[in-house]
Amino acid sequence: MKRTLIAATGMLGIVALALSGCANTPAADEGPVTITYTNFISNDGNEDNLQTIVDAVEKENPDITVEVTTLPYADYGTALQTDLAAGTQSDVFDIEYSNYAAYQANGVLAPLTVENPDAYRQSLLEAYSTDGTSYALPSSFSDVVLYYNKDLFDAAGVDYPTNDWTWADEKAAAEKLTDQAAGQWGDHQPISFYEYYKALAQAGGKFLNDDKTAVAFNTPEGLKAAEWLVNKSGTVMPTIEQGQGTPDFDTNLFKDGKLAMLHTGIWIFGAVADVPFNWDIAVEPGDTQQASAVFSNAVGVSATSEHVAAATKWAEFLTSSDTMVQTRLDAGWELPPISDEKQLATYLDKGAPANRQAVFDSLDGIALPPVVAEGQTEMQDIMGEELVEAQAGRKTVQEALDSAEERINAVIGG
Amino acid sequence: MSVSTAQTSILDRSAPPKLTHPVRRRKLRYALTVLAFLLPSAVPLLLFVLGPMVAAAWISLQKWNLLAPMKFVGLDNYVKLLTDRTTGEVFLHTVYYIAGYLPLVYIGGLALALALNTALKGRSLLRGVYFLPVVTSWIVVALVWRWLLNPSNGIVNTVLGFFVIAGPGWWTDPVWAMPSIILASAWKDLGFVMVILLAGLQAINPDMYEAAKIDGAGWWRRLFSITLPLLSPSTFFVLVISLINGFQVFDQVYAMTGGGPNGASEVVVQQIYDLTFRYGAAGEASALSWILFIVILAITLIQVRGQRRWVTYG
Repeated sequence: MKRTLIAATGMLGIVALALSGCANTPAADEGPVTITYTNFISNDGNEDNLQTIVDAVEKENPDITVEVTTLPYADYGTALQTDLAAGTQSDVFDIEYSNYAAYQANGVLAPLTVENPDAYRQSLLEAYSTDGTSYALPSSFSDVVLYYNKDLFDAAGVDYPTNDWTWADEKAAAEKLTDQAAGQWGDHQPISFYEYYKALAQAGGKFLNDDKTAVAFNTPEGLKAAEWLVNKSGTVMPTIEQGQGTPDFDTNLFKDGKLAMLHTGIWIFGAVADVPFNWDIAVEPGDTQQASAVFSNAVGVSATSEHVAAATKWAEFLTSSDTMVQTRLDAGWELPPISDEKQLATYLDKGAPANRQAVFDSLDGIALPPVVAEGQTEMQDIMGEELVEAQAGRKTVQEALDSAEERINAVIGG
Repeated sequence: MSVSTAQTSILDRSAPPKLTHPVRRRKLRYALTVLAFLLPSAVPLLLFVLGPMVAAAWISLQKWNLLAPMKFVGLDNYVKLLTDRTTGEVFLHTVYYIAGYLPLVYIGGLALALALNTALKGRSLLRGVYFLPVVTSWIVVALVWRWLLNPSNGIVNTVLGFFVIAGPGWWTDPVWAMPSIILASAWKDLGFVMVILLAGLQAINPDMYEAAKIDGAGWWRRLFSITLPLLSPSTFFVLVISLINGFQVFDQVYAMTGGGPNGASEVVVQQIYDLTFRYGAAGEASALSWILFIVILAITLIQVRGQRRWVTYG
């Protein structure tokens, strides 16, 4: 009898435990609200800068508390997707331009009423609006420039890069600056989807056809762009076996003074600030035209958030307040997405590199990444894989493009 | 299975020819007791294994990108997977992995078990050392192996260089990516196989070896005629477990190559992960999970049937 009782109690206990998980319905908050915000933009060095902005918004709005979760960029996409599937996403979360279209189309972003739309650089604001409605707010932008080691250029007696440089100038300099025996390399540019669509634009080609149902890069321009990237490997740039393509390999090589030219984003200004040699930046050389990659991040408000108004307030503060502008400019934390050129101009005097003007000059010719509503990640993966096949010499560049064309069309053709 | 036999044996002992009221009550009490003891493992099993399996079966009939609502598509996902070249490739890569991994880990584990079953000095310590990788996180092991097998400055290629052998590109080379993973996996699981086989070895009656020696049987003869046959139950267990684990191989692939280069080491579970979290095709991923489950189930059933031919108990 006693044993039965124990068994029954045990069972009840466990059932109760299992059920209690379902019994916690969130109460609708009146008055003070807590907004959750998940981001990757502050990861790896800008956590304190984000906190400065959070403190400012909380001071200005005593009713709002912002709870920040910071994730590394590499895990962010998976984490966000899992949260969205489970319905556990934060009120406000980071997104990127390349996945804005997919998130918007799937209805996870709340339409936003922007209090002061004029504060934003219009092209960026429009990049995150659909049919005239904003579904996310740009939080920053940055572009890719050509870094160069002045000391290595001086030693080799090569003229510094200028805004008028073309691929031919870059190639000639890279060859003179490469000394494989001494472990010194002339150039580094990742062989990836992101570099390819840009090089393609520089060569005057297009990645997708007009209705985005098929690729349009298997052309003489496309071949030229792919060869431009692939042929660097093993001649003026280290091969995969030598470590090319592993995280931070290029930045470290540059910091070690073993790399003359480096194609990368302005987000490494901080990382290379203290190197023991002179360096500067220039606009990336083009081929038939100049085209620079512009990356922008944005924040969206969850369509299922219970505090859309407060969440929007935080999103707008994070992306357009004076505190944000000052914090970002002081820290060199990418660029604030604002329209006020005067405020931006102070960026030019914030120290190394000297030619910060190149950051703005790059904006004269912008290559935006090709975006499809379905199959974006697969498209990027395939392009990267096929280019690496050509880089490793397992396929000719033409074979890699043929294969990429066939595989990507199968994914995005619907 | 063991529970039901225990139940019958107890009932057999206590049940009188005719069931009376108190007996039925005792039976109920017994059932409840058994249930109470089962609950701690049955509840997690239900919540975290059976529940998700049923859910995956349902999702496998839907088109779902994790964001938008699901859309019922019937068996479309299965049809798509079974006609897609990639599915065949990832299964082929998985079978390749098992074919390389299984002999390596079994023969290596057996050699270790035989060596550490002798009166070797410091064998307890060695047993511990060989078991250490088994309990180490795969991420740590994978990173260490990536470093060992680094094509340009890894230890393995450096040592090979001393003998004027040009080491391969390991995980950067499509031909060598899978062998790299196999090597790391066999190294990590060696200790596990060793422990199972060691237990099996110690259950063998030493008198048998004594008798065989007197009859003039040499070391190899004793290995093939006594050790291996009497070890067959342990071998069978190792085979079943390793095959199931082999088909589910993921951590080391994810951490060492991510399925690359260019999909050369993409295995079934990595494909399930990519489909769900990278390509937004959770329906297809669930269908692939079920296909994998059916394959593993079929192979395990064949093994269980086949064991009668070669496994000797006692």
